[in-house]
Amino acid sequence: MTDISTQVQPVDKIDPNAPFQPEEKSRNQWWDVWDQFRSHKGAMAGLIFLTFITLFCAFGPMVWDVDPGKLDIRNKDVRPIYVAVWDGDAKTSWARPMGTDHLGRDIMANIMQGGRISLAVGWTAMILAIIIGTFVGVLAGYFKRLDWGLMRFTDLVLSLPLLPLLLVMMLLFRDPLRAAFGPENGIFLLIVFGIGITSWMQTARIVRGDVMALKEREFVLAARSIGTPPRRMITRHILPNVLSPIMVSATLGLATAIITESALSFLGLGFPSDFPTWGKILFDSVDRMTAFPERVLWPGLAISLTVLAVNYIGDGLRDALDPRIRGL
Amino acid sequence: MLNYTIRRLVLSIPTLLFIALVIFLLLELAPGDPMGQMPLTIPDDVKQRMREALGLGEPWYTRFYLWLYQFFVVEPQYWIDGIFGTNFADGAQRIISFQSRSPVFETIAERMPQTLWVVGMSYIVGVGIALPIGIISAYKQYSVFDQAGTFVSMIGFSVPPFFSGVLLIVIFSVNLGWLPSIYDTTHQVVDWETMKFQFQQMIMPVMVLALQTTAQVSRYMRASMLDNLGQDYVRTARAKGMTESIVIMRHVLRNSMIPVVTVIALGIPSIFGGAIITEQIFKVNGLGQLLILALQGNDIPMVMTITFLLAVMIVMFNLIADILYGVLDPRIRYD
Repeated sequence: MTDISTQVQPVDKIDPNAPFQPEEKSRNQWWDVWDQFRSHKGAMAGLIFLTFITLFCAFGPMVWDVDPGKLDIRNKDVRPIYVAVWDGDAKTSWARPMGTDHLGRDIMANIMQGGRISLAVGWTAMILAIIIGTFVGVLAGYFKRLDWGLMRFTDLVLSLPLLPLLLVMMLLFRDPLRAAFGPENGIFLLIVFGIGITSWMQTARIVRGDVMALKEREFVLAARSIGTPPRRMITRHILPNVLSPIMVSATLGLATAIITESALSFLGLGFPSDFPTWGKILFDSVDRMTAFPERVLWPGLAISLTVLAVNYIGDGLRDALDPRIRGL
Repeated sequence: MLNYTIRRLVLSIPTLLFIALVIFLLLELAPGDPMGQMPLTIPDDVKQRMREALGLGEPWYTRFYLWLYQFFVVEPQYWIDGIFGTNFADGAQRIISFQSRSPVFETIAERMPQTLWVVGMSYIVGVGIALPIGIISAYKQYSVFDQAGTFVSMIGFSVPPFFSGVLLIVIFSVNLGWLPSIYDTTHQVVDWETMKFQFQQMIMPVMVLALQTTAQVSRYMRASMLDNLGQDYVRTARAKGMTESIVIMRHVLRNSMIPVVTVIALGIPSIFGGAIITEQIFKVNGLGQLLILALQGNDIPMVMTITFLLAVMIVMFNLIADILYGVLDPRIRYD
């Protein structure tokens, strides 16, 4: 399975650096994590679904070779193929398995294209938030001088009304960024940046707490006693040990990022309408949902199931990374 | 405790000032021009004077100070005048909306009841459902009920309101035709028939918002109950021969509610944020919709005031949660 490699990937990078890692003879700890993770049924189902939807969106357009933006007025408002089961008179076509919208654009191609963008926004925004959060958390936890200031700043950001501010940001910077980077990249950058800088606070708090606890441990004292400089201390000893909480909050971050992006698109402040995302397709379909409920259903299901899958993966990861539960 | 409360109250002033500054500076960067919709035939110098009349000619710090003064001094004066019939304000300049040219707070006061009804009801309903679910889930850990509760809360976390709301409309308004899909705010409750209609139109927005609350609160309730069920005092209570219902409802529940109460207090501001989307779906003309309209119309004073009011709520409820925690749990006193 492809996901095993993504699961274990960070290990390869960290493994040679981690100081108290046992030698080759014993099993890598990440295999234990993986075994524990596999026993969580919901998490496995989530992982399988996430892999499926990612592959569907990434490689789907190569198989289903239809331009999502192509207008085909003659074939507009085609119902999905399954409608023919109970309504023989409905306008259905095998060439359009999920139907078309009011301009004749193929819905399946749009869902794939929209999924690419929604997932890309989700992953990039999550990675940005994790990087900022980890950076702030490690600095605040490790350097006592910075702790007070950074944590007050985190509290301040947490007390900002984030959704309204995100809406304001979307509205204000849309045109300048669009002019600077082109309509697609500009909005993409804006949304990723906006979500990233408004969702790092929880990660920062969790990482700070863990770093502070780690700092009191003997191996850190030992490393410091041989004169390890702070920079190497953080990269070699602290960061590998706070990886588990970071991974758990990364899954939560991915889920919120996908939902936030869809919410922005749904409020009409996300991507422009010739540029589909799941939230945007849902928003565009709401006006005609009485006649064509399936157009609302598909993107909505895609968002909900993806987020559900990610949440279950997070749940499984939390259990798998907790050594107190592992092996039970 | 009083000392701590006062210290926190004083500390919240710079916090709020900073938040106001952030919002103000963000809006200051706005490229939109409130004169943009004026006819092109107006000469440039007249436009310039109109801009100055709106107060846009001044440097930003003057306008920021003016806005703060209006928000914290003038508007409360008008408020007091409105209640007691006094004349403190004495015709002072209020915060005026660019769009409607009427005081911002009058519009907000018009929109507030709808939002409060829907949001408040949904929160009460959500918490009311969540608490029993959390208690039973914890008491019968790993039972079918617990698994189902976990699943429902996972759904509550995962299904965004703009999908669950639309789904409910498709099922109950379109296919079954039981409930109206649009919230009618002009509707007045006078007798049982209108009461029934009010109930019907509120049930969907309330349930959509309540699902989110239920998901969150029931998880906390369950975790907190589980923590307490394993404590020694529970064993002592059982060993004394107390009935199970007294052990659970009187001893465990009381102690478990301490962290949950703070979570409930902390969640109130965020539900107003969620209401922005829900109001958009069910076409409730509340505060959230007002914010979206003001954003689209470049109505900077309106956006600024609503966003800042939300920030005030967040800061206030954070404070309330912290103080409640100290009041309920003497082990966590801050002084």
